[in-house]
Amino acid sequence: MERPGRAAAVAGAQPRANGCSGAGHGTLRNGYVRRFPAPDTQVDHIVHNGGLYKRPFNEAFEETPMLVAVLTYVGYGVLTLFGYLRDFMRQWKIEKCQNATEREEQKDFVPLYQDFENFYTRNLYMRIRDSWNRPICSVPGAKVDMMERVSHDYNWTFTYTGRVIKDIINMGSYNYLGFAQNTGTCQEAAAKVLSQYGAGVCSSRQEMGNLDKHEELEKLVARFLGVESAMAYGMGFATNSMNIPALVGKGCLILSDELNHASLVLGARLSGATIRIFKHNNMQSLEKLLKDAIVHGQPRTRRPWKKILILVEGIYSMEGSIVRLPEVIALKKKYKSYLYLDEAHSIGALGPSGRGVVDYFGLNPEDVDIMMGTFTKSFGAAGGYIGGKKELIDYLRTYSHSAVYATSMSPPVVEQIITSVKCIMGEDGTIVGKARVQQLAENTRYFRRRLKEMGFIIYGNEDSPVVPLMLYMPAKIGAFGREMLKRNIGVVVVGFPATPIIESRARFCLSAAHTKEMLDRALKEIDEVGDLLQLKYSRHRLVPLLDRPFDETTYEETED
Amino acid sequence: MEIKHVKDYIYWLYYQYLLITCSYVLEPWERSMFHTITVTVFAMVVYTAYVFVPIHIRLAFEFFSQLFGGQPESTVS
Ligand SMILES: Cc1ncc(COP(=O)(O)O)c(C=O)c1O
Repeated sequence: MERPGRAAAVAGAQPRANGCSGAGHGTLRNGYVRRFPAPDTQVDHIVHNGGLYKRPFNEAFEETPMLVAVLTYVGYGVLTLFGYLRDFMRQWKIEKCQNATEREEQKDFVPLYQDFENFYTRNLYMRIRDSWNRPICSVPGAKVDMMERVSHDYNWTFTYTGRVIKDIINMGSYNYLGFAQNTGTCQEAAAKVLSQYGAGVCSSRQEMGNLDKHEELEKLVARFLGVESAMAYGMGFATNSMNIPALVGKGCLILSDELNHASLVLGARLSGATIRIFKHNNMQSLEKLLKDAIVHGQPRTRRPWKKILILVEGIYSMEGSIVRLPEVIALKKKYKSYLYLDEAHSIGALGPSGRGVVDYFGLNPEDVDIMMGTFTKSFGAAGGYIGGKKELIDYLRTYSHSAVYATSMSPPVVEQIITSVKCIMGEDGTIVGKARVQQLAENTRYFRRRLKEMGFIIYGNEDSPVVPLMLYMPAKIGAFGREMLKRNIGVVVVGFPATPIIESRARFCLSAAHTKEMLDRALKEIDEVGDLLQLKYSRHRLVPLLDRPFDETTYEETED
Repeated sequence: MEIKHVKDYIYWLYYQYLLITCSYVLEPWERSMFHTITVTVFAMVVYTAYVFVPIHIRLAFEFFSQLFGGQPESTVS
């Protein structure tokens, strides 16, 4: 996403004995110096703690231009005023309220539909709702077919015209390696397994649902990740939200990145452990929390924490940033805590052999205590896994809710994962998998470079296949989605509450299945729409992550 | 040809105005209301400027010319 400069050599900072440099790094306070090949300003990034990185790490977030921020707020102001007007009319029955309302009988109770979120849904989101959850009616590969729909009451209801919009270039699916296919070896293998085992298992792993296919999958995944043992689950979200509570509990501390996925947040809250949030990808902030945790121990009692677990993701799907894993591992070792790495977006999509961030940075998988990931993205299947030491997996097999109570994975899905993982590892005797990984990396670099040249504001890491393009103004969210669809490009637009209110964006996900022609067409249309909507905000001024605002939230446990 | 360009340009300006003020996503009656309000406010600003700015400029000018000993000005008139 974003960052403009190609990277630069590594900063001279010598890693200290523990591989982690402390807070005082003089001029390199933000972790990187900037130099960029723009006409006037030279800003580029040099990774600080350079000794820890085997490759350049270029990641930056361009500042929101002041004028754009002001105009965005003006837009929200107008929408809010009209929202109040409409709410007023609904209240006085001048117009019919189509949304949920308080029941007559409960009129004097605490109101249910008056908070900001409801107001937002009713009066802002509704107006541009046509850009979301459009039904598609084909395999979500490089191209998809979409069902045409119209709304006659300004997006309150939709009707389908029965027509299908064909061959839309799909820039939205997490189909990183292009395994979402209805032809090819994966499909054939899955079809064979389907005719042999059927689709459902109707039992959990501990009862009659433990198929040979599951055992095979777990062995394969462990080998793929380079860990001792692995375990697969039927759902990625539940893998996070049900396993974290099995690992930590009361008296433990969770250090979580502020932008972690909802599943990690839910898991952390369910666990009952104390949660502290560090700034996104900011190692100074993480180190400070770790230091404080060790020095002060638990609040009030001052007993040491039982366990400290750091929760990070490989690629953050809204910012397109890649975790600074070498530094996180160095910190984790220095402070003897545990590391939980969610590779949902990075597995398959990063690294020379598609093995995720650990591979990308050339690190040892054993340094990550809990490797979690999902099969929903790169592998074009469903489910999640956890990999790690054998003791850890054996423990989870007996204590994790999603291992004990959930029905086991459907065999054709398992087969899809097995074939795609084997393909990536090259065990099917071809180099198709490797070629896909390289194709994705190439597509990523090409797409990001071109977008940046066009002058869009792009967030994230130069190697991340998730590319957020900033839109900012609320009307542009709707306009961008509609204009792109008119030009037969399917994009995902994101606004509040998934992003901060002014940082609405469009998010492109690249795939190895995209050909150069498709990308060029998409880029041409994006360029055109960018001119039409005036989206080329970039002035090539970069801020390191550290300077971005964030909410300092701590979920301190309250004792009753 | 020229006319078409100008028309396109004006339409483009109008589109940008719609996007920035978010009237792009308003329903037609809301949009008319919004336009009416904007046009009214704008017209009033222009009218006020037209009526009051020259007077104020003249007063300011006189004030400053007195301040800096611009006696000749007043004697001449
Ligand atoms: C970081 C992260 N973890 C977990 C999940 C959940 O995975 P699944 O969709 O397989 O339930 C997602 C999905 O978007 C994710 O982005």
